[in-house]
Amino acid sequence: MTYLVLNGLTKRYGDTTAVDSLDLSVERGEFVSLLGPSGCGKTTTLQMIAGFVEPTAGSIVLDGRDLGRTPANKRGLGMVFQNYALFPHMTAAENVAFGLEMQRVPKAERQARVAEALALVGLSHLADRHPARMSGGQQQRVALARALVIRPAVLLLDEPLSNLDAKLREEMQLELRSIQRTVGTTTILVTHDQSEALALSDRIVVMNQGRAVQVADPFSAYEDPASRFVGGFLGKANVFTPQPGQAGGEARVRIGEAHIPLDGAAMPAGPVIVRPEKILFSEPALCALPGRLKARVFQGNHWLCQVETSVGEVLVIRQNDGVPVPQEGADVHLRWRAQDMRAVDEA
Amino acid sequence: MAQRANPWLLSTPAILVYATFLVVPLALVFLISFFNFEFYGGIQQAFTWENYVDILTDGYYYEIYARTFGVAAGVTLACLVLGTAEAYVLSRMANPWKGLFLMVVLGPLLISVVVRTLGWALLFGSTGLISQALLALGLVSSPVSLMYSNLGVGIALTHVLVPFMVIAVWASLQRINPSTEAAALSLGASQFTVIRRVIVPQVMPGILSGSIMVFAMAASAFATPAIVGGRRLKTVATAAYDEFLNTLNWPLGAALAVLLLLATVVVLLAANRMVERRYGAVFN
Repeated sequence: MTYLVLNGLTKRYGDTTAVDSLDLSVERGEFVSLLGPSGCGKTTTLQMIAGFVEPTAGSIVLDGRDLGRTPANKRGLGMVFQNYALFPHMTAAENVAFGLEMQRVPKAERQARVAEALALVGLSHLADRHPARMSGGQQQRVALARALVIRPAVLLLDEPLSNLDAKLREEMQLELRSIQRTVGTTTILVTHDQSEALALSDRIVVMNQGRAVQVADPFSAYEDPASRFVGGFLGKANVFTPQPGQAGGEARVRIGEAHIPLDGAAMPAGPVIVRPEKILFSEPALCALPGRLKARVFQGNHWLCQVETSVGEVLVIRQNDGVPVPQEGADVHLRWRAQDMRAVDEA
Repeated sequence: MAQRANPWLLSTPAILVYATFLVVPLALVFLISFFNFEFYGGIQQAFTWENYVDILTDGYYYEIYARTFGVAAGVTLACLVLGTAEAYVLSRMANPWKGLFLMVVLGPLLISVVVRTLGWALLFGSTGLISQALLALGLVSSPVSLMYSNLGVGIALTHVLVPFMVIAVWASLQRINPSTEAAALSLGASQFTVIRRVIVPQVMPGILSGSIMVFAMAASAFATPAIVGGRRLKTVATAAYDEFLNTLNWPLGAALAVLLLLATVVVLLAANRMVERRYGAVFN
C-alpha cells in the first residue's frame, strides 16, 4: 500500500535546480534511503517532506492527504538531524518528553512513553543527564528516541550517523535497522555513505544533480547499476568498452587482449562495468586480460589491487582467504565471466 | 623561577593602569567614607561609622536607594524584553537589512549623553511632542509631562542601555545550533513555544550578562537622572554628587557611593547565582 508519494517534486533557487521533478512512492513501513554526493538534492528533498523548505512545484501526499499547505509543526513527522539538535538546556528525558508535551499527552502517559522510548534506545540509565555530558553515540540515541516517541507518520533521518566514528557507526547501523523493524515506522534516510544505504534500506534512491537516477533494492542497485554514475557511487567499479570479437569459431566479447566467451549472455552494446571482486587472477589464456600489478593494499579481510593493462587501470579485490595474491610488479592475467559485465548508460 | 615570574612581568603595565585608575581611587573613597565632617571645620581625618549610621537611620536615603534600584530594575526588565526580541529579530533578518538595523540599534551610543537626554527633555515636556500627540488623540484631557518622573528617567535610560542587551543576546544567539529550532518545530511546537521553550533558555547566558551590564549602568547613571529627573527626584549618584560638590560633605558622599557599590554587587551576585542554578546546563 502506497503511503507517502512525491509527485514531480521540484525546488529551484534562482537559476539552480536543487531537486528536479522527483517522483517516489514509499510503502507503509518501508525504509528508503536517498543516496547521493553532496549537492545532489537529497537533503533539500528531506526538508521539503519535513516542511522546512517550500517546493517550487510538485506535491507531497501522505496517506492520501496533500501536505502542501501543512506547516512543519502540524505534519507529525519525526526528524533526526545530522548534529542531533538536542535541546542543551534539557535532560535526555526532557528532550524526549518535549514532543509529547506539544501533543498535550497527560503527564502519567508521557512519563511511561518517555521511559519506553529511552529503553528502546538503551539509555534508561541516562534519563537525567544533559546532552553536553553525553557521547556522540548517546546523543544520537536520544535524538532517535525523541523523534520516535511522538509515533511519527514518517521518520526522517538526515545523515544521522555521519558524525560518529567508524566502529560506532556500524553498531548504530545494526541498531537503527532493528529499532526500525521493531516499531515499523516508515523511514526516509538521507546519506552520502553508500555502505550505510546498502546496510539499512529496503530501497535506495540514488540521486545526482537533483534527479533520481535509480530506484532499486540494495542488491539490484549494486549488482545492476543503471548508469556509470550509480556503478561508481555504489561501491567500486571498472568500466570497459567492449568490442565484438571472434575466437574458436564463436562470437566473443573483446576487451583489450581478452576474448571472453559469451556463455549465452547477450553481446553488450555500450560500456560495461565489472565489480572488482568479480575479477580473478588466472593463468595466461585467450580469455584473460594481461597486465602488471602496480600496487596492492592490504585491508584486513581483503586485498585491493591496482593492475595496469592495455585498457587502463583495473581494480581487483581479492578476499584474504589463503590464496596468495601476486607481488607488486608481477605480470598477472585477469579473467571474469561475461555475466559479470553489466551494460550501463554512459552518464 | 624566571619562567614563573614572566606572566607577572608581562602583565605589569596592565596591573599598574588598573591599580592607578581603579583600585587607588576606590580605596580612597572607601577611606574617606569613614572620615568626619564638621560644618565649620571641614573634613577631619578620623575613623567613624557616623556617615553609615546617618544613612541607614534616615528614611530620606532609603527613598533614594529604593528609587535608584527601582528604576534600575525597571530599566533592566524593559531592556531584557526589548533587547532580546530585537536581537532575535535582527538575527533572522536578511543581510543588507541586518547590518543597517544593527547600526540603528547601536545609534544611541554614538550620541553624547547630554545631547541625547536633552532631546528626550524636548519630547517629555508638557508642551512636548508626546504630550501634544496624546492630547490630539484625545487620550488625555490635560497636558502630561514625563519630565521629573521615574517613568521619564526609565524611558531615557532604557533607550541608551538597550544596545548592551542586544549585543550580549546577539552573541549568545550566534552560538545556538539553528537545527534545535527546526527540531522543536518538527516535534509540533508553535513558533511562540519555540522561542519560549527552546531559544530563550539557550540565550540565558547572554540575557544574564546583558542584564548585569544594564542594571549596573542604570543604578550608577548620573547624567540622565540629573537632567530628566531634576533636582527633586534624586538617585544615589546625583545625591552623592550633591554631597561632594554642593554641601562639600565628602565623607557622606563617599559613604553613599560605597553603599551603592555594595548593594549593586550583592544584587548582581544573587541574580547571577539564581540564573546559573536554574539554567546550569547552558553555561558551559
